Amino acid sequence: MANTLFGFPLAAIAGQLLVGMINGSLYALMSLGLAIIFGLLRVVNFAHGAQYMLGAFVAWGLLEYLGLGYWWALLLAPLVVGLTGIVLERTLLRRLYHLDHVYALLLTFGFALILEGSFRYKFGATGQPYPNPISGGLETSMAFFPWYRLWVIGASLCMCLLTWFVIERTKLGSYLRAATENPNLVRTFGVRVPRMLMLTYGLGVALAGFSGVMAAPIYQVNPLMGSQLIIVVFAVVVIGGMGSIVGAIVAGFGLGILEGITKVVYPDGAGMVVFVAMLITLAVRPNGLFGKT
Amino acid sequence: MPENTTPALEVRGLTGFYGETQALHGVDFVVYPGEVVCLLGRNGAGKTTTLRAVVGLLTRRKGHIAVNGHSTQGMPPEDIAHLGVAYCPEERGIFASLDVEENLMLPPVLMPGGMSIDEIYTLFPNLKLRRKSPGTRLSGGEQQMLAIARILRTGAKLLLLDEPTEGLAPVIIEKIGQAITMLRQRGFTTLMVEQNFRFASGVGDRFYVVEEGRVAEQFDRQAIATDNARIEALLGV
Repeated sequence: MANTLFGFPLAAIAGQLLVGMINGSLYALMSLGLAIIFGLLRVVNFAHGAQYMLGAFVAWGLLEYLGLGYWWALLLAPLVVGLTGIVLERTLLRRLYHLDHVYALLLTFGFALILEGSFRYKFGATGQPYPNPISGGLETSMAFFPWYRLWVIGASLCMCLLTWFVIERTKLGSYLRAATENPNLVRTFGVRVPRMLMLTYGLGVALAGFSGVMAAPIYQVNPLMGSQLIIVVFAVVVIGGMGSIVGAIVAGFGLGILEGITKVVYPDGAGMVVFVAMLITLAVRPNGLFGKT
Repeated sequence: MPENTTPALEVRGLTGFYGETQALHGVDFVVYPGEVVCLLGRNGAGKTTTLRAVVGLLTRRKGHIAVNGHSTQGMPPEDIAHLGVAYCPEERGIFASLDVEENLMLPPVLMPGGMSIDEIYTLFPNLKLRRKSPGTRLSGGEQQMLAIARILRTGAKLLLLDEPTEGLAPVIIEKIGQAITMLRQRGFTTLMVEQNFRFASGVGDRFYVVEEGRVAEQFDRQAIATDNARIEALLGV
């Protein structure tokens, strides 16, 4: 039959590929933020999922209480999440850099638990719906592609490319790369590295907030949405290579698609395919696909 | 040197700690503008630690350090840099994720009076040829030249060089010596840590011998000819 591929219906494959790309977009944006933060601060930011949830809730709150819609949220929510990140870095995280890495990990983990706990206390665990800002979609012979989902994929790709460009091709990025290798030496050049660390943490968590806004119309706005996502995202980061920008982007989209295809080919395995990929990667390349050896 | 000019660098009673270990026990020396001053001495004497204290990387330091008359007490490295201090560490610190040109352009210009990129490429032509190579693909000599070259753009006039000749071939050492002499003519002031006394005696104006975290002896260029036996005994050569 013409509308099947290796015995699987094309429409199902196209549909799951789209879902995979959507998830991949979020994985890429989330692991990108983690990679930037880990690269420069050597902090494994366990609050990343909670900050993603915070972004979605800020978007929901802007609409619910102030009547500000999606496009305002896309601008304001990352800003709010980024600012809370800056406050967290300035007041607490910064005091832990000279200690073992596990302290920063514990701090961000504790912060995530408190944040998620308080949202759950205030809003319950059921979740709030968020309206789709772009209705309609693209009708093709194979499947229906909602405009909003195509927008998420496109916007996420652009954001990833922009972040990559800033880090790899600009003067600011060269400070960032140099400070990642040898922060003390960069300080002796007169660069204010402590301020750079603060802004980098802000930027990394702003990316999580941005992902949260993108996800709000697709999934429900739910206090636990972050902790569900973050486990997969950490697997993505490990596969891409801790701290690697390109690794985060490639592994993010790649694993989203892999997950989507698995849902068609072997639905029972979709939940664990990312972790199987992580196991194989760790066995073959312990530093990840793009990690430095 | 005229004693009434403000020293480019003045260090008095400098003590410093690594963790619980005291590495510096009261270092005293002065560097006047336009001089090339060398800190000599054995491994572990405290020469590198002294430079790290001057640039602010040694956080547990006490005593008086002044750059162009400004005390650096309690200042972080980035503020000390803005007083006009530039540092080239022993391990050279070339960034692997930056190409040669990015390494060269990395230190921000802090004040006017730095060398232009063309002047730097004239001084070190190899760097121009290899400007798109990753920084750490260069040979040891080229990496050393890059590490010196990149601190000449910033307008900082006090250069701190930690063992610029370590592990390099004689022909490269000669080039670095010429560069330091040229920089002296251009008005740079250099404080250099060196184990290679033959090299140091060719470029230095004044010398301090550091032993066990303090300055044990000092002499100037003229003394090398007249007082050779004493100096060789001091350095154990």
